[in-house]
Amino acid sequence: MKAALFIPCYVDALFPEVGIATLELLERLGVKVDYPLDQTCCGQPMANSGCEKDAAGAEALFVKNFAGYDYVVTPSGSCTHHVRGNLTAIPQTARVLKVRRSVYELVEFLHDVLAVREFPWAEFRHAVGLHNGCASLRALRTASASEIREPPFSKPMALLSKVKGIRFVAPQRPDECCGFGGTFSVFEEPVSAKMGYDKVSDHAGAGAEYIVSGDMSCLMHQKGCAERMGLPVRFIHIAQVLNGARK
Amino acid sequence: MSKRVDHSEAASKFIKAKDHLEFHDKRLWDLRGKRDREVERLPEWEQLRTLASAIKEHTLTHLADYLEEFERNAIANGARVHWARDAAEHNQIVLGILQEAGASTLVKSKSMLTDECEMRPFLEARGIEVMETDLGERIQQLDGEPPSHIVVPAVHKLRGDVSRVFADKIGTDPKNSDVHYLAESQRRHTRPYFLRAGAGMTGANFAVAETGTLVVCTNEGNADLSVHLPTLHIASVGIEKVIPRIEHVGVFVRMLSRSALGSPITQLTSHFRKPRPGTAMHIVLVDNGRVERLGMADFWYSLKCIRCGACMNTCPVYRRSGGLSYGSTYSGPIGVIIDPAFDLRKYGSLPFASTLNGSCTSVCPVRINIHEQIYKWRQVIAERNQLPIVKQQAMAAAGKVLASPKLYRAATEATNLSLAKLPRVVLYNRLNAWGRQREVPGAPKRTFRQWYLENRKPKK
Amino acid sequence: MTTRDDMLARIRKCQPAPVPLPPIPVFDDAATPVLERFRAGVERMGGQLVEARAGADLGALVRSLYPAAKVICSACAELKGTRRPDPRRPPAELEDVDVGVVRALFGVAETGSVWITAAQFGVSALGFLSQHLVVLLDPALVVGNLHDAYRQRAQFDADYGVLMTGPSATADIEGVLIHGAQGIRGLTIVLVA
Repeated sequence: MKAALFIPCYVDALFPEVGIATLELLERLGVKVDYPLDQTCCGQPMANSGCEKDAAGAEALFVKNFAGYDYVVTPSGSCTHHVRGNLTAIPQTARVLKVRRSVYELVEFLHDVLAVREFPWAEFRHAVGLHNGCASLRALRTASASEIREPPFSKPMALLSKVKGIRFVAPQRPDECCGFGGTFSVFEEPVSAKMGYDKVSDHAGAGAEYIVSGDMSCLMHQKGCAERMGLPVRFIHIAQVLNGARK
Repeated sequence: MSKRVDHSEAASKFIKAKDHLEFHDKRLWDLRGKRDREVERLPEWEQLRTLASAIKEHTLTHLADYLEEFERNAIANGARVHWARDAAEHNQIVLGILQEAGASTLVKSKSMLTDECEMRPFLEARGIEVMETDLGERIQQLDGEPPSHIVVPAVHKLRGDVSRVFADKIGTDPKNSDVHYLAESQRRHTRPYFLRAGAGMTGANFAVAETGTLVVCTNEGNADLSVHLPTLHIASVGIEKVIPRIEHVGVFVRMLSRSALGSPITQLTSHFRKPRPGTAMHIVLVDNGRVERLGMADFWYSLKCIRCGACMNTCPVYRRSGGLSYGSTYSGPIGVIIDPAFDLRKYGSLPFASTLNGSCTSVCPVRINIHEQIYKWRQVIAERNQLPIVKQQAMAAAGKVLASPKLYRAATEATNLSLAKLPRVVLYNRLNAWGRQREVPGAPKRTFRQWYLENRKPKK
Repeated sequence: MTTRDDMLARIRKCQPAPVPLPPIPVFDDAATPVLERFRAGVERMGGQLVEARAGADLGALVRSLYPAAKVICSACAELKGTRRPDPRRPPAELEDVDVGVVRALFGVAETGSVWITAAQFGVSALGFLSQHLVVLLDPALVVGNLHDAYRQRAQFDADYGVLMTGPSATADIEGVLIHGAQGIRGLTIVLVA
């Protein structure tokens, strides 16, 4: 298995602990991952703003860094969705198509490729609100969506449920968007903030001490809201919990 | 040149009215919940969505043939069929029909198409009294506001608002905001208009090619009263409303009200085929940009829309900004993908009033890929230079930095250092939108990459 | 070139690649008996359902359900009201009807709907100007779901027909449910052969 690690730009710059936890977790599970040193970004921020042309450079660089790997693992649902679904600002050569097919969000990789369910080193004795980012949920289908009539399933829950001491709370709107939405958070700030406040209040009201997610971008936004609101809820990425973080 | 709609600005005002916002959000989320419970009772729901989508796509890809078949059968039924290329022609045709019949009072049931064509002000300026008979539309007419939601037009108003409007305009007791009293007042005030109107107007939810039938779904019964009392029935029908056969009506009727309100069917599902003896029926088939949209490879799927409003109810942005903030007859997710086709400049901000979360696509009974079309419209808007300058420049700059490993490292390693040192007043001021209502993320001491170089031996 | 010809020509030019028309499958109905489901549907949508034996005095039944009614306008041969609907008169003359009476042609269990046509109403406005409506329905004519309803193709040749489900209603003001929006305030279905 030739595998590489893609650390999204904002994780690299603002939340390196998530990248560290991802790498350590994969190493614990016996997966040797390369970390191409010239990686930057998947192109999503520009593409989602309509500026596909401006995303082309980052996308070409992404392909250059990750060509030749069977698996490119990343702790971000939205980045995975962008590469898999929308990395179209550059010519779609066989090389590009292969890279697009090879990207896996961390939960997908653990659940579907490694098929691992036990994390004996993990322990997280807290009340947890699980937040599935919308790209992970509806694009990558890592869990059943409340709008769709389908048998319930949840890959992140399947991974987290065996973590010692963990207990889950039930918010009233389990899969309503939290309002980050990339540049939406800046250009539609009033609605974005209201959505974030509502999301955090919902989890806190259900008794969550922590909100856990596979998308640090969502958590960054929710954390910003919670801190301004003075709510005591804390935020942690699923990689950190599965890697053994106690808090 | 039309004035650009600023959704964010309008949303900001909406959010400040806390009681209204809270009700609006809860009420529409409740409709979404009712929809979910209905869906749960139908094991074949997802299959029905696929079926409904395929029937619509088949019809739209054979639209000319089905329109001709519909027209043939409608004429054989004794109806007159007119064709309107745009709003102006539609309004002129309607006026002509009314004048020919000597009708100066028109009662009408809900039709988004007539709102889209701005028919009412056109007719009123030419001596026609137009009475909206749907309670929500009537409230909005009296208040001089357009409808804010295609199914529940006054959902953004509280009872006190309605009481104020009715007291002002139809003489109800200003101190009485009891909902039953207000609804009864509108019923009694409207009834004389039904009884003496010279003409009645409806839209159509579905136009059946096989029989020339118009199917109109209401809860109030106002479409039936508009048709069965006056001696002239005018129906405005968008060309995308055509469906092939009577048996297909069943598929769509099963989905419409479940999606809209979480009830299995509307209280009245009316099938108008022939005018009653001694009366006239006129059908106006309207283009107004629909044919152009049919030719758009990425966007023609929006023509499948059956106007259920489920996308609005589920949209977290719509619920917190209100339909009026979109500045168009069509708001919410469906509005976001239809309106830029009407006027790219005016509605260029709408596709950005979205987080691309995809809930709309998941509830759409005809499987319109709404959030994917929103993404595509963003590309069109950027290509046609309709993005705000600030955003264009920011994305161009970001694109350059993120395309270069060296520039990227310089930015990320420098940002962290500077974020750590900046005082709060610099980070949190009116120019920094992020910081208005949120804390900015703290600055770590090093990036992941720096940690990796220090802690792991990189392969040569 | 007329608008019609121009529109049709433009449509033909830009219609996307043809998509085939799918057949409508037969969907299995719930195991619950049809009349039980029908009653649940009617009541859920705000109507009421009563049963009567064949040959019962339906006029007396209606008068007992609506003791205050002055004008009972019946379109049914088997029930004599105070008036019959007359299609030669202006339909607005029915505006003082307290209770209209009509016989439906079939019912739908899935939704609690009844199908009534112009011929059944005599004057279609009867179904909407009356303050209340009584609908007679042969219980043997209740079908399972809406697909079953629409497969009865000949029914839809009627000049006008309505699937009526409960009384007229609205929740346009603050989501508060009102019965008797513009049309009938109450609907009573009498199951009688």
